[in-house]
Amino acid sequence: MNTSNEDASAVPSKKYVLSKKADDFFINIYRVYKFIARFFKEAFVPPYEWKEIIRQCYEIGYKSLPLISLTGFITGLVFTKQSRPSLETFGASSWLPSLISIAIIRALAPLVTALITAGKVGSNIGAELGSMKVTEQIDAMEVSATNPFKFLVVSRVIATSVMVPILMLYTGFVGMLGSFLNVYANEQTSFKAFFQSAFSTISFLDISSSVLKSVLYGFTIGITGCYQGYHASNGTQGVGKAANTAVVVSMFLIFIEEMIVVQFVNAIR
Amino acid sequence: MEHKPVQINRNNAVIHIQNLRKSFGALTVLNGVDIDVFQGENMAVLGRSGTGKSVLIKIISGLLKPDSGIVQVLGEEVDKLNAEELRALRLRIGFSFQNSALYDSMTVRENLEFPLVRNKPNLTRQEIDSAVEEVLDNVGLLQTINQMPAELSGGQRKRIGIARTLILKPEIMLYDEPTAGLDPITSVEINSLINEVREQYNTSAIVITHDLTCAKTTGNRIAILLDGRFLAQGTFEEVFAVDDERIKNFYNYNFTGDKVDY
Repeated sequence: MNTSNEDASAVPSKKYVLSKKADDFFINIYRVYKFIARFFKEAFVPPYEWKEIIRQCYEIGYKSLPLISLTGFITGLVFTKQSRPSLETFGASSWLPSLISIAIIRALAPLVTALITAGKVGSNIGAELGSMKVTEQIDAMEVSATNPFKFLVVSRVIATSVMVPILMLYTGFVGMLGSFLNVYANEQTSFKAFFQSAFSTISFLDISSSVLKSVLYGFTIGITGCYQGYHASNGTQGVGKAANTAVVVSMFLIFIEEMIVVQFVNAIR
Repeated sequence: MEHKPVQINRNNAVIHIQNLRKSFGALTVLNGVDIDVFQGENMAVLGRSGTGKSVLIKIISGLLKPDSGIVQVLGEEVDKLNAEELRALRLRIGFSFQNSALYDSMTVRENLEFPLVRNKPNLTRQEIDSAVEEVLDNVGLLQTINQMPAELSGGQRKRIGIARTLILKPEIMLYDEPTAGLDPITSVEINSLINEVREQYNTSAIVITHDLTCAKTTGNRIAILLDGRFLAQGTFEEVFAVDDERIKNFYNYNFTGDKVDY
């Protein structure tokens, strides 16, 4: 225990190892590491908050469906429409379903889903937990002998990690429907022929890698939102900052992760 | 509530604090605090905003760690407990927060059930409902059971916050500014509730306040916290009979509205 604080004036002024900004950066990295380590420590130890996990899955998954449906459908439709002229130049418009399916399954569906979820769910988690932090609701859970980390953080991170891959598969499907609409309007291709052509070039690795990276994106969104909210301070201003930072940091990390995963998957393809 | 005579056991200190110190960076908040709270006693801790009153009860409940000193609650040294032991101790302590800290996303019923279902998993649905209704009835707000916290007034939120802590039948209650932000009539009701809780549930309590009326009404003893130390402890009359300008100023400011220079 520190017993050196007999007098406020006796406390030496704070000295930084590098500079205030650099020190804060590394301290933050350490805190994030500890936060993630605590997640893995608590996630696998009973009791499990099943009811809260299911509620969060509903909130994160089901309530994102309208936005995801619209975004996925338009992405598929517009991407097909924009790709058509280039392929037609080479007389290769019949390759359109294959091209679209590769683009959607490998990249667009995971990225669009992750970015939409980061914006909608990440900000929501950051704001909700931030608000609970500054109004002492998290302290209230702690003093009532409940583990707030398990109830609030573990349940949300598990829910995002489970729901983002499911939403990604749904986005892929809806995106393909949007694409089919454009192809049907131009070439009157049947539904069966379109999807046979689309999936002829898709491998198990394409789908499994997209599912796995969506798990990673979901985890990133959940843990970033929870971390920002759980460490919010300075009243309502801090809540806004937590929500905003949760989105910005999640999106930044998702793009970094995308680059790394693409390199890794291409190496084993 | 049914009123029972309360016995204060002066041989049994449920809270024992000795030479407690706590700083935040260069700011020393508690600088050698000593206090004993006896079984069955309500101790009111008076002091201006920012004098470390809330820090004191957060240390008692284990939310903050002391820098040094002894903090014994129900015979356990709080800062030496592991997570499981602290959880067990917290089941015996109720904490009423300044802003009630009700869970916004839950109804009143769910707020009250929350600590119960997690800490007593063997209870049946009927037993949970019965416990929730009993504490709500005790704080006079049974009719709000299905309402959301946002639909309640400040006084109702305070009462529900107290009810939520009572559902675990604590031995010690910690009230953080129970009358802050309330109108005088509601403040009187909350003061009465604090006394009723002590009688009904046989609790000991620390009441953190800067409201002299609250301290006088609820405290069997009063302690004034100033500059990180307790300046005086005793009954209301004893404390304000002390010949100290700062204590007299505190009294005058509360009861006569005179401006004070500390």
